[in-house]
Amino acid sequence: MNSANIDNTVVRPKGLVKARLSRDDIIMRGGMIVIALYLVISLVFPLYSMFSKSFSTFQYDLSKFEVQVSDDAGQFSPEITSLQNLNEGLKAIPDEELSTGSGGRLGVTIFFPDFSFRSPVMYRIRNVDGQGRFLVGSTLMTGTDWQELDSNTFRRVQLRPVRSTGLSNFINYFSTPALFKSIQNSIFIAIISTIITVILAFWFAYALNRSCMRFKGFFRLIAMAPILVPSLLPGIALVYLFGAQGVIKGLLFGASIYGPIGIIIGSVFFTFPHAFLIISTALAISDARLYEAAISLKASPWKTFWTVTIPGARYGIISAAFVVFNLVITDFGLPKVIGGQFNVLAVDIYKQVIGQQNFEMGAVVSVVLIIPAILAFAIDRVVQSKQVALLTARSVPFNPKPSSRADLIFTIYCGLVGLFIIGMLGICQFAALIKFWPYDLSLSLNNYQFDKMDGGGWGAYYNSIKMALLTALIGTCVIFFGAYLVEKSSGFKTGRAIFQMFAMLPMAIPGMVLGLAYIFFFNNPENPLHIVYGTMAILVICTVTHFYTVSHLTAVTALKQMDSEFESVSASLKQPTFKLFSRVTVPVCLPAILDIAIYLFVNAMTTVSAVVFLYSTKTSLASIAVLNMDDAGDIAPAAAMGMMIFYTNIIARIIHLLISKGVLSRTQAWRNSG
Amino acid sequence: MEGIKDPQSSYLSIKNLWKSFGSFTALKDVSLDIKEGEFVCFLGPSGCGKTTLLRAIAGLDLQTSGAVVQGGKDISNFPASERDYGIVFQSYALFPNLTIEKNIAFGLENTGRSKNEINERVSELLDLIGLPDQGPKYPAQLSGGQQQRIALARAIASGPGLLLLDEPLSALDAKVRVYLRHEIKSLQQKLGVTTVMVTHDQEEALSMADRIVVMNEGKVEQIGTPNEVYCKPETLFVADFIGEMTQFRGTITGKSLVKIGNIELNTVEHRFAQGREVSITIRPEDIIPLGAKLPAKSGKNVFSAQLVEMEFLGSFWRCKLKSDEFPEALVTADFSVNAVRRLSIEPNQILWIELPSESILAFDFQAA
Repeated sequence: MNSANIDNTVVRPKGLVKARLSRDDIIMRGGMIVIALYLVISLVFPLYSMFSKSFSTFQYDLSKFEVQVSDDAGQFSPEITSLQNLNEGLKAIPDEELSTGSGGRLGVTIFFPDFSFRSPVMYRIRNVDGQGRFLVGSTLMTGTDWQELDSNTFRRVQLRPVRSTGLSNFINYFSTPALFKSIQNSIFIAIISTIITVILAFWFAYALNRSCMRFKGFFRLIAMAPILVPSLLPGIALVYLFGAQGVIKGLLFGASIYGPIGIIIGSVFFTFPHAFLIISTALAISDARLYEAAISLKASPWKTFWTVTIPGARYGIISAAFVVFNLVITDFGLPKVIGGQFNVLAVDIYKQVIGQQNFEMGAVVSVVLIIPAILAFAIDRVVQSKQVALLTARSVPFNPKPSSRADLIFTIYCGLVGLFIIGMLGICQFAALIKFWPYDLSLSLNNYQFDKMDGGGWGAYYNSIKMALLTALIGTCVIFFGAYLVEKSSGFKTGRAIFQMFAMLPMAIPGMVLGLAYIFFFNNPENPLHIVYGTMAILVICTVTHFYTVSHLTAVTALKQMDSEFESVSASLKQPTFKLFSRVTVPVCLPAILDIAIYLFVNAMTTVSAVVFLYSTKTSLASIAVLNMDDAGDIAPAAAMGMMIFYTNIIARIIHLLISKGVLSRTQAWRNSG
Repeated sequence: MEGIKDPQSSYLSIKNLWKSFGSFTALKDVSLDIKEGEFVCFLGPSGCGKTTLLRAIAGLDLQTSGAVVQGGKDISNFPASERDYGIVFQSYALFPNLTIEKNIAFGLENTGRSKNEINERVSELLDLIGLPDQGPKYPAQLSGGQQQRIALARAIASGPGLLLLDEPLSALDAKVRVYLRHEIKSLQQKLGVTTVMVTHDQEEALSMADRIVVMNEGKVEQIGTPNEVYCKPETLFVADFIGEMTQFRGTITGKSLVKIGNIELNTVEHRFAQGREVSITIRPEDIIPLGAKLPAKSGKNVFSAQLVEMEFLGSFWRCKLKSDEFPEALVTADFSVNAVRRLSIEPNQILWIELPSESILAFDFQAA
């Protein structure tokens, strides 16, 4: 008999084999846990703090305090009364005013209408139980012993609120029309901006992919320019164009640029490149055979457009729409500059936290803002996964045929869009070089004397470069290594799934929300990580986390293109995985790694939303300086600083290009040798 | 050939291997022994568990239970990096940014060899695979077949005790494939390295292997020499999977007699009891054409049939025959070009054929 087993009886396996981990397995799992831990600390814990904050309410619980009052001779009557009883008689404080924030303090003399700090009357006050707390001067009393105080000291007694958990912050929010209106405003401008941007970007991408017009490379460069500036800058440009002293304010026929009009125009400007990139990718992969079929069926160009072009690009269009929607609804810089009295959610967070120091309400608005952001993000992910499936189809690339009329129309169209983008940037640069707009139009460099302005001066600019370089360096290492571990390690399925989820989360979290969450988590004195608060480190950590997802996806895409058996081969050759990583994985993925680095650098230079809560006087940033100078009315210097960020990013991009072409031509020689 | 009873002569032993992916069981109690220096092929349709078995041997996807013993050492739970084997994948898996030399040298580094030794070994290997001048090139500059030879050189560079080949020829052109079959086989014989190859291509397995392990649905169907699995299949699956065959439904009527349709056929001696329903198989090339007239001297199992279809396949004609004796199926027969010419066989004619009893096999009944 040769066969080992012909019978079909199924015997359950006995004695399960448990893998013995190799040193490399242990190192890789360890590394993954370290990076997952980084994401937990820099993302999950802060968000948790924020959520719990939004459900925390603080109230003065007057029933927790008891007082005794003496006569003029200092003799105490035996009568003990609680502050609550006193308040019921006096109505000194209405019930709704007993709600307060975490930092709330309430003086007690208000309950004693006869109180005079010169009187010889003595007071006793105590907590009924450990719950009530009060301050005498700056000393916190938490015990239940009587404190006997003369009237001058009693004046300095302040009650502290009691924390409880509940929905009252949300109830408060939704019953305040001024706050509630922002939801409507935010969604309104996001929808309008999305529609305009997607239409403009679609035709721009269509012209570049489907026509034979000239200067395509030039227009592509122009279309990408807005990515290099903070979203504050279009706001400043609009002030110069349409503001009270604007060059072409007549075009608005008396309408004010401060408000929805300004936010929408500015949003179209700064979201245009994102929409253009996504739609352009979708249009680039359309199949020529479908167009040949349409021609052979004698379909009109109009019909072909709606039955072939639009369906082919629909995932790209939908994806672009949700990305733009998300960018607009979470943007803070633009509505801050140009929003005027038109309140939106992202600015509300800022106003609540910075203006009113109401952190709980800031947290509530954050939670409200997260909902549309997460929805838009989730839908975009679903749509993008379908787009990938389309990409793998075997198709023939479409080659446009020249048509002098269409090409001319497209050239004019792209020229107009290009003019809009260049105009916005140009007016900022022009304003920055003018002595005193609009009265003295002579050129000067006065506006570049940042050190004379509020906002951090040139130091802020250098801080920004330092922060962007650190973010690019540390971020690229952490993110690529994390992606490698999750993509190429074997086993440990649950751990990898959780890691993937953490890595996707940052994209759904608006920058303002992340920044506020960092305050709650890192500014808590009980947190040992408190030491990073107010340093460059927290800015770098926050920025890396904020832009983690896109970088992670870039890395994962590059790694997926590598043969999945490299690790197996390396193990069979008894070589450490680290050797494979450094000699093969990193060199092969170098283009993607450089892309991640430049993406992080550019975004770190332009970001405002997350870091606006986290900078200190020593670590102010260029983008923050733009915001603060604009706030202080120094609009021209703000424009000048904004343009400095633009030029810095251009230089960074040129360096990136040189490295890509120069160094890569040596390390990637194998690519062209096929 | 008898199964290996003596564990001393077995280099690689698989003992009661099970592998489950969730609720799906990919390997069901697989056991086999491979001798030192032997070339064994795992053959089966896709999803039969052959690659899973190879990856368990390599330690790349650990089995759920059961043991793997290599060279007398139980390596069941060893990580891949601590086992002793070289592996070649269908995708070549050559490092694209390293030159051919560096690819081959990859596994020689960090092993206490000097730079000179490594260089010598690399050029020796390049000579061995017949690509002596390709060292400084990058993988993308070579053809698929050349790349696969490099992958082979890399796998055997440090002289592993076991060579694992995972469908190494499947990505190549038909001609290159045939050429590389011989290359790999002769290299394996030269080196004497114990080799396990996974393939779904029966021709490949038949031409290269010392022994073939035929697998189906996670189980071993048969282990035997190429000749054994082809000529003496032990299960209907093996008979069906390897080579062509016509299948009939029959009833046992004697020790080597079976009734199909209206007639009784002589078969090889079988193990079935009287009255049992069985599946009967015969290979097309075993059917003997006798001509339009019944020869005076004819043996058993001779019938007349109508030739309903003839397809020219180069070296032979594939014919479909219809007989009143067993109306339920067409019989497929391969007649040599020579025989067709000699007997002037033409489409639609009535033809006498003989089904030699020694090539008629009986199996447990399974609907075709």
